[in-house]
Amino acid sequence: MGMTMTQKILAAHAGLDAVSAGQLIRAKLDIVLGNDITTPVAVQEFEKAGFDSVFDKDRVVVVLDHFVPNKDIKAAEQSKTCREFACTHCVSHFYDVGKMGIEHALLPEQGIVTAGDCIIGADSHTCTYGALGAFSTGVGSTDMAAGMATGEAWFKVPSAMQIVLTGSLPADCSGKDVILTIIGMIGVDGALYKSMEFTGSGVQSLSMDDRLCICNMAIEAGAKNGIFPVDAVTMQYLEGRAERKPRIFTADADAEYESAVEINLSQIVPTVACPHLPENTHPASTLHDVKIDQVVIGSCTNGRLEDMEAAYKVLNGKQIAAGVRCIIIPGTMQILRECVERGYYTAFIDAGAVVSTPTCGPCLGGYMGVLAAGERCISTTNRNFVGRMGHTESEVYLASPLTAAASAVAGYITEYREA
Amino acid sequence: METKGRVFKYPDNVDTDVIIPARYLNTPDAKELSLHCMEDIDKAFAANVQPGDVIVAGWNFGCGSSREHAPLAIKTCGTGCVIAKSFARIFYRNAINIGLPILECEAAAEEIQAGDEVQVDFDTGVITDLTSGKAYKAQPFPSFIQNIIAAGGLLQSLKKEQDHE
Repeated sequence: MGMTMTQKILAAHAGLDAVSAGQLIRAKLDIVLGNDITTPVAVQEFEKAGFDSVFDKDRVVVVLDHFVPNKDIKAAEQSKTCREFACTHCVSHFYDVGKMGIEHALLPEQGIVTAGDCIIGADSHTCTYGALGAFSTGVGSTDMAAGMATGEAWFKVPSAMQIVLTGSLPADCSGKDVILTIIGMIGVDGALYKSMEFTGSGVQSLSMDDRLCICNMAIEAGAKNGIFPVDAVTMQYLEGRAERKPRIFTADADAEYESAVEINLSQIVPTVACPHLPENTHPASTLHDVKIDQVVIGSCTNGRLEDMEAAYKVLNGKQIAAGVRCIIIPGTMQILRECVERGYYTAFIDAGAVVSTPTCGPCLGGYMGVLAAGERCISTTNRNFVGRMGHTESEVYLASPLTAAASAVAGYITEYREA
Repeated sequence: METKGRVFKYPDNVDTDVIIPARYLNTPDAKELSLHCMEDIDKAFAANVQPGDVIVAGWNFGCGSSREHAPLAIKTCGTGCVIAKSFARIFYRNAINIGLPILECEAAAEEIQAGDEVQVDFDTGVITDLTSGKAYKAQPFPSFIQNIIAAGGLLQSLKKEQDHE
């Protein structure tokens, strides 16, 4: 029996010729990642267990992104713990305020992750890097600590769900509408413990930003990872960017998939996940009666340059509806700078939006846009659980940047329509 | 090893945001986190849970964020075990890595009621509902995972290994 793309990467990193679903393996890691919330717990465990050095100072990445610039004294202490640990162990990829970005926008942009890698990150959205043809998965702080100490992690080799993409997306849709549609079809545990392997002729029509967004939300279907084949789009993205040479793995023709889902991209419509689960999806066009108080455009799901372009396309020369707060958060300093250079920043301000430096803040109800009881937000983030963005009686609707920006102008949920 | 206690029962898809809301993630202190355990799904839980008590839930328990603060809060407030129909994968890993006992058992998760007194034997995977008198058998862990648990967690088992080399 052949192997899936994920299984091939895992076999190569475990030093095995072949692996099969369900097998427990120990694999070598190319990158171990943590942020300002998960790293302090990892540092605590790392030190408690008596480890005194990291396996490779160039393969450990620490990004302060959740609560920075520090939202309160306790958050400041956590940042300080990360900073001191990075300094003590000479961690070369340490990203502090001024250089940081939202981790899953930052690592691909900086070329820290590449095709064929085996990556763990103490952040559930670490599955994002599957877009580059890497095996990448979210873990907890103890796994991060173990990864930092040994350069290895244990895995149960996942079985796979094949997602066959055909056609190409309509102009008013993006990767976000694709992944929301898939989660709506298979449910929040539809791919539990599995890898979501994207294939088909439709792959080539998707930009890297679309792919990163799609893989980012694989975890919202319970998946261990999402992964795209490496093609011309991938190689063009990695060119002159990746620190290490990409390694290309392809699924065997007789690879085993537990199930398959077919998605015709040309049939996708602007989609919104209603409270309180990402699987609760509806076409945006059926939600015009949902009035909103706040809009968030940003996050590790949708804070990339194409997302900012989409927001600009809608908001340029327009006004945010009365009574609506619109918060725009470019994912990295480089993207923020590009927004300034291209005039997006001015257009956002003129439209009545606020623009923040990169942060995960509002996505998880940390700061920078926390909701009061009864308030509703349409957001380009990834989760709409009870209380996710603030009060347990607030509501979060998940959507693409085009839909979120169009809704900001309308004051209610609506799909974007070309003027 | 075993635990015995009262059952707190929750539905499907209990996510890590309700187990430990992000507003409390500005500290890695387990004791402090435990004071807010389950706060956004059950405000009374943290105040009422007694050592050895058991959480019983539906499918996909612990979905969402990778925050280890979630199993840490559950463990630190005294919970003896979590029984669910299934666990989200990061929560599953985290629970094993920090030594919070968890068991997958669909029938037990379906039938055991809130407030029941249950006894769980981790070596055999037998769950006994002392209130209804019914017994259930959960899937035991593979030996690889049992070794991690026996060592007291992932890092302890790795350290032992490293010290032997």
